[in-house]
Amino acid sequence: MNVASKPAMGQATLEDRRSAKVSARDVDVFYGAKQALKSVSIDIRPNEVTALIGPSGCGKSTFLRCLNRMNDLIETCRVAGSIWLDGEDIYTSGLDPVLLRARVGMVFQKPNPFPKTIYDNVAYGPRIHGLARSRAELDEIVMTSLEKAGLIDEVKDRLQEQGTGLSGGQQQRLCIARAIAVSPEVILMDEPCSALDPIATAKVEELIDELRQRFTIVIVTHSMQQAARVSQRTGFFHLGELVECGETEQIFTNPRHKLTQGYITGRFG
Amino acid sequence: MQLLALVATLLLLSAVGFHLGRRRAAARSAAADRRPHSLPVYYGSYVALWSGLPALVVLLGWLAFEPLVVRSLVVDSLPPVARELSPERLGLLVNDVRNLAAGVVTSRDVDPDMAAAAETYLRLKRLGAVAVGVLSLAAAIGGLGLALRRVRPELRARNAVEKLVERLLIGASTIAIFTTVGIVLSLLFESIRFFNAVPIHEFLFGLEWSPQTAIRSDQVGSSGAFGAVPLFAGTFLISLIAMAVAMPVGLFSAIYMAEYAPHRLRAVIKPLLEVLAGIPTVVYGFFAALTVAPLLRDAGTMLGLGVSSESALAAGVVMGIMIIPYVSSIADDVITAVPRSLREASLGLGATHSETIRQVVLPAALPGIVGGLLLAVSRAIGETMIVVMAAGMAANLTANPFETVTTVTVQIVTLLVGDQEFDSPKTLAAFALGLVLFLVTLALNVAALQVVKRFREQYD
Amino acid sequence: MIDERTARRLARRHAAERRFKLYGMASVAVALAFLVALLVTIVGKGYTAFAQTEIAVEVSFDAGPVKEGDFAGLVKSALAARFPEVTARNDKRELFGLISSGADRVLRDMVQDDPGLVGQKRVVTLLASDDVDMVVKGHVTAQSGRLTAPQAEWLASLRQTGAVSLGFNTTFFTAGDSREPELAGVGGAVVGSLFAMVVTLCLAFPLGVSTAVYLEEFAPKNRWTELIEVNINNLAAVPSIVFGLLGLALFLNFLNMPRSAPLVGGLVLTLMSLPVIIIASRAALKAVPPSIREAARGLGASRLQVVTHHVLPLAMPGILTGTIIATAHAIGETAPLLMIGMVAFIVDIPAGFLDPATVLPVQVYLWADSPERAFVERTSAAIMILLAFLAVMNLLAIVLRKKFERRW
Repeated sequence: MNVASKPAMGQATLEDRRSAKVSARDVDVFYGAKQALKSVSIDIRPNEVTALIGPSGCGKSTFLRCLNRMNDLIETCRVAGSIWLDGEDIYTSGLDPVLLRARVGMVFQKPNPFPKTIYDNVAYGPRIHGLARSRAELDEIVMTSLEKAGLIDEVKDRLQEQGTGLSGGQQQRLCIARAIAVSPEVILMDEPCSALDPIATAKVEELIDELRQRFTIVIVTHSMQQAARVSQRTGFFHLGELVECGETEQIFTNPRHKLTQGYITGRFG
Repeated sequence: MQLLALVATLLLLSAVGFHLGRRRAAARSAAADRRPHSLPVYYGSYVALWSGLPALVVLLGWLAFEPLVVRSLVVDSLPPVARELSPERLGLLVNDVRNLAAGVVTSRDVDPDMAAAAETYLRLKRLGAVAVGVLSLAAAIGGLGLALRRVRPELRARNAVEKLVERLLIGASTIAIFTTVGIVLSLLFESIRFFNAVPIHEFLFGLEWSPQTAIRSDQVGSSGAFGAVPLFAGTFLISLIAMAVAMPVGLFSAIYMAEYAPHRLRAVIKPLLEVLAGIPTVVYGFFAALTVAPLLRDAGTMLGLGVSSESALAAGVVMGIMIIPYVSSIADDVITAVPRSLREASLGLGATHSETIRQVVLPAALPGIVGGLLLAVSRAIGETMIVVMAAGMAANLTANPFETVTTVTVQIVTLLVGDQEFDSPKTLAAFALGLVLFLVTLALNVAALQVVKRFREQYD
Repeated sequence: MIDERTARRLARRHAAERRFKLYGMASVAVALAFLVALLVTIVGKGYTAFAQTEIAVEVSFDAGPVKEGDFAGLVKSALAARFPEVTARNDKRELFGLISSGADRVLRDMVQDDPGLVGQKRVVTLLASDDVDMVVKGHVTAQSGRLTAPQAEWLASLRQTGAVSLGFNTTFFTAGDSREPELAGVGGAVVGSLFAMVVTLCLAFPLGVSTAVYLEEFAPKNRWTELIEVNINNLAAVPSIVFGLLGLALFLNFLNMPRSAPLVGGLVLTLMSLPVIIIASRAALKAVPPSIREAARGLGASRLQVVTHHVLPLAMPGILTGTIIATAHAIGETAPLLMIGMVAFIVDIPAGFLDPATVLPVQVYLWADSPERAFVERTSAAIMILLAFLAVMNLLAIVLRKKFERRW
């Protein structure tokens, strides 16, 4: 299956790699003795939304967390292979994970605002990285981030209230605002809408589409409809392997691989 | 040892009852040709319970009230002169009678009246022992017989047994309530008696503590000898020193264990730290008095500081060591209870581990940590042996940690250990101090438990 | 790639990170160092107490003194015979001070065992006095100790002839308390502790488990049970000395129970450890998954049957572990027992629950207060015994937990 799937994504040429924002080659991930990812190679283009889909436990979240080295935090986890960000290998080049994570932000499955005020939530990143030289500058960053996250109208009068007091959808957009406040280049989103109701989901999806102008976005989702709605490219994971990757439209209308077809037609999931 | 024999006999009777009940249930249901309502075991238990419980009640009642009854009977047998003695004197007299009966040297010459009283005392004791033996055995056999007669196939033995057992369980659970009530009542009663002799404001706000001058009751109140402020201040000072040691060490240990230590190291460190909590406080007291205090005194001499050999510092530092595991284990629990998602959010933004801990984890864990610290303070305030052995008796009102101070618990022990007259203000003062101690620690505990509970609810 | 300002800032942040981690490690190291210092001090001071200095002298069992029971006289004449040059009355008294005042008992026992000894001469090893003991063990020098100059000389002469030896200190394990360090032992205190522990276990375990079972399995959720719960949590944090005051007021003053009795001590410790046992037992009961209860209920078992047949057996390891740990804690408790008079100086080993007794930690406290140098090592040795006892109990609890640990 590994061999069979190669041609499907093997079209990722050197040309692709040069134009890619993030590119991964032969990434293996082990949790202890268990292999969670097998030889994953993919190119993620700038200013596009790349969706990673697949049944649960297929390794899509694991792969996402490799992109900003969040897997380092798990004692038993080991990553092999290479991942480049703008042509720089993030695992071997001595790139500081602290800096890496400032450039590759992350939004999580469940909204997880800090138990601080809305303002402090957004200001957290800029503060630790020393991005603002003055209070006014920090205010500016917070306001524009909230604005970009489409939250400003709802919270501008209550910046000093607890972030945990917002509704679920608002919390998630607050988390997005928090992530973009450090002006990352890439934003990783790990099933950002799975804990939200349909209306909040729609708002976040809209937001993702807007954010694409400025950021490169990788989103893991278990909802094929969501992938179809928000992404330009889609990768399909199955049992730790990237089975197929291509234009979203092509994946959903004309999948090359039988497994992909089975998944998107709902034969398994 | 007669008691043990009696208990053994009663247990044996219950066992016999169990057996008989089971057999009878089987026999009767066979005779009536119908299935018994419950399993045979329940008929057995039914009889056993009815035979054991009444006897147990008799026995416990006797154990609890025998000394009281015997005492009042002995007092009645004393000549009228003796009966008119003040309660304290009478108490001493009765003690002497008891000692005489036990063949121990008494504190006064033996007169015929006393010898007679001792005789009465011994006689009553023996009589009581026989009486309780007969009574409890009668109760056991009676209960057994009655219950056995009730055993019939249609008896709902299981329901009866279960109801009885549930009642027993309820009874057991009220003991905790009774303990609290007992503590409150005993402290309150004796304290009220104390406050009759020494006004409460003098006790709470007086600046001088020297109970030794007030041994005779007619002196009490004339001097301001029961001002507890120096004790409160001493307790506060030593607790402060203890917390100054335990808080940083405990918190940072917890942070290290919860956030940094690899799994295996943590599995070693955590139990080792808990050993510190398992060491009896008397050992810490010995360590403080024998090793730490001289060490600090010598160090002080070298630096040109006058450190007393019973300094507040020595007691406080050692108490701090003792409290480290209380702080660290609660803080560890609380820190690990902070959801992973918050850590990941912070790390995902590019924060370093320590920035995450300081700015996200600790603020989120703060309520729990505060609760833990409050519990630790409560423990420091109530700790007795370390201060008894390492802090002094002198009630100095000072904030200098190199000087000797005394604490509430030290004074309770000093007042109550050794020869004591039960009703002198000197001993009653101990209960008043105990009441203050109880109320303060209770307030701290209630507050701490509330805070911790809220914290847990927040992240559950 | 990254500008200098960012790089500098990053270096600073990483330095802060390392510092922070270092604080953590240092704290753990400090805490563990305290533990080590404590244990090393105790063991270093205490291990010598397990040996005891003995002096071999030739005793002639003369018929006269034996008949009168004057065995102390035998000891004296034996010493006088060994040092014939000592004649002055004061010097003689000093000479006799080398041997423990309890040494005559050994001779009495010898004669009782073998009446044929009378009229014969035997070399007997007698217990040395504590002052001699301290010098021989090297805790003090012959000059700095309490020995007088002639005593030191005699001791040196005895050591030259090889009459002085160190033997295993059985007295320390078998004897009760004594004013003379060389005659004092922890036997009485250990027995007292055991009696108190038996009372505590027999009461606290059934009561604690019953309460836990009731609260966890039977009790409706209402004000009353909530009150009980809050109450138990608070009781667990009440200072132990307050329980002592309760014991004094309730058991001694109100119910007139005997002072210093292990029964009363056990009762106080029961009240003290009950909340801890209840809390631990409830945790163990809670850990049994509800599915087991539902399965049993589904088969028509009554609530009591569910508890006795399924829940309790499954929760028992946890309950036992909690009980053992709580009991171990109670064994080490001192303060409340001081309140109920268990600090008396008691020579006899208690034979029953109502005999005057003391317990091991209180014995430690009493000895720690004694001025004699020889009591320091005995205190430390008593602590070693206490700690060893607690360690065994806790190990038992750990083994129990490991062996029966169940993951649901």
